[in-house]
Amino acid sequence: MPLATIDSREIHVDDEGFLTVYEEWTPGLAKILAANIGIELTDEHLAVITFLRDDYPEQGQTATLRRVTNAGGFPTKQLFQLFPKKPAKKMAYVAGLPKPVGCV
Amino acid sequence: MNHLVVLGAGTAGTMVVNKLARELELGQWDITVVDQDLEHHYQPGYLFVPFGTYTRGDVVRPRRDYIPDRVHFVVGEVDVIDTEAREVRLTAGRALPYDQLVIATGTTPRPDQTEGMLGKLWRDRVFDFYTLDGAVALNEALNRFDGGRLVVHVTEMPIKCPVAPLEFTFLVESMLRERGLRERTELVYVTPLDGAFTKPVASKLLGDKLAEHGVIVETDFMIEHVDNDDPAIVSYDERRIPFDLLVTVPLNMGADFVGRSGLGDELNYVRVDQSTLQSVDHDNIFAIGDASNIPASKAGSVAHFAAEVFVDNFLDHIQGKPMRHAFDGHANCFVETGDGRGMLIDFNYDTQPLPGRYPIPGVGPFKLLEESRLNHLGKLAFKPIYWNVLLRGRPVPLPTRMTMAGKISEEDVLTP
Repeated sequence: MPLATIDSREIHVDDEGFLTVYEEWTPGLAKILAANIGIELTDEHLAVITFLRDDYPEQGQTATLRRVTNAGGFPTKQLFQLFPKKPAKKMAYVAGLPKPVGCV
Repeated sequence: MNHLVVLGAGTAGTMVVNKLARELELGQWDITVVDQDLEHHYQPGYLFVPFGTYTRGDVVRPRRDYIPDRVHFVVGEVDVIDTEAREVRLTAGRALPYDQLVIATGTTPRPDQTEGMLGKLWRDRVFDFYTLDGAVALNEALNRFDGGRLVVHVTEMPIKCPVAPLEFTFLVESMLRERGLRERTELVYVTPLDGAFTKPVASKLLGDKLAEHGVIVETDFMIEHVDNDDPAIVSYDERRIPFDLLVTVPLNMGADFVGRSGLGDELNYVRVDQSTLQSVDHDNIFAIGDASNIPASKAGSVAHFAAEVFVDNFLDHIQGKPMRHAFDGHANCFVETGDGRGMLIDFNYDTQPLPGRYPIPGVGPFKLLEESRLNHLGKLAFKPIYWNVLLRGRPVPLPTRMTMAGKISEEDVLTP
């Protein structure tokens, strides 16, 4: 598995740059990941990220956009404002989680 | 007496009762299948109804004709599954006790779930072909269509038959050319995905094909509502796509009773182990076909391959033995590409559609990820196989698990 050096640490990533080891994520890393995709992380963003990270170990998979709205309580419109154009993908990236099951 | 109850007498439910009716001892097992009505629909046929190729009569047959004699067929609507009491309660009041339960109630288009979809333009300028009534109404609309902006749209994934909206686009494009309306029509394909299809190689091929036919593709579009006053679909991030005629695939959801019974995810798909199809919450509940949450396409072929694995496992399961067979998510689909041609794709959980020949390596006769007239004929020829062989749970001479035999590996595709 490829390694990337982010914030002077060696992080395991896939070929798209998504983190592959759940435990390697830190809030500091999130800031850098967000900046990589042109997002300035705010508390609003972090609230969503926190939901995703808490949900992942329970569900065994990254929450879909629908789940983030229904179970997380974040309106879809807000998610599009926080993570423009491709919210599902961007949220997962910043949260250090796998892309949601792309659907088949 | 043990009770097996199967909910849903569609493709998956019918295959399962046929197979298990042959295997489960008569004196020991009582089998019941429940559905809401008497008609079995050949859903792959819906795609052809808007174009007049099939009519209602071509795609409907009595459910009873496909249910074995020893199986009780109950017509009713499920209210809730009482997993503690181990019984299925129907809305009319009747309760069906079960020792083992199989949920095969599929997935249903839910236009009611998108604001404005069932507004004044519904079945006037806004159509879907995921129901027979919808497909028939769309046929009438297409016959009246005289040019303008025709938008084909997918609300959200997953949908059953994920290739169908693409097929519809190719078929409508051919139709418009045949009727001399193509120049007067702007064709737009709108999807929540980031490409034409869900898997990279196929997505590129199908995307290129759309471009070849001058279809404008809009990706990453999550519909928020349908504007019925100034006809357009509007996304959550405020993109507007106007239309004269909209052919949409509404949100697909599993049955509401799945949610009510505490067995499902956000879209009412039963949460199961993807290898055994057993509910993650209850040992004596399984889900097969479109009703489950397995990360495979919702398609008849998947239900067929899954049923084969499920039945073998089920027979071990009821004897208290561990389930040894693992479903690999195998799917194959013919994809109509217009002008009497089609493609075939064959894939599973781990392997995306790849080029090659199917089912016999080198020989085929079907080409994978390549257009041919034979693939189109294969799609049409499938209908009698569905009714006479597949639905009756009779063996189909295709390997259950997807095989790489006959395929060009991803590595070889990408490094010429």
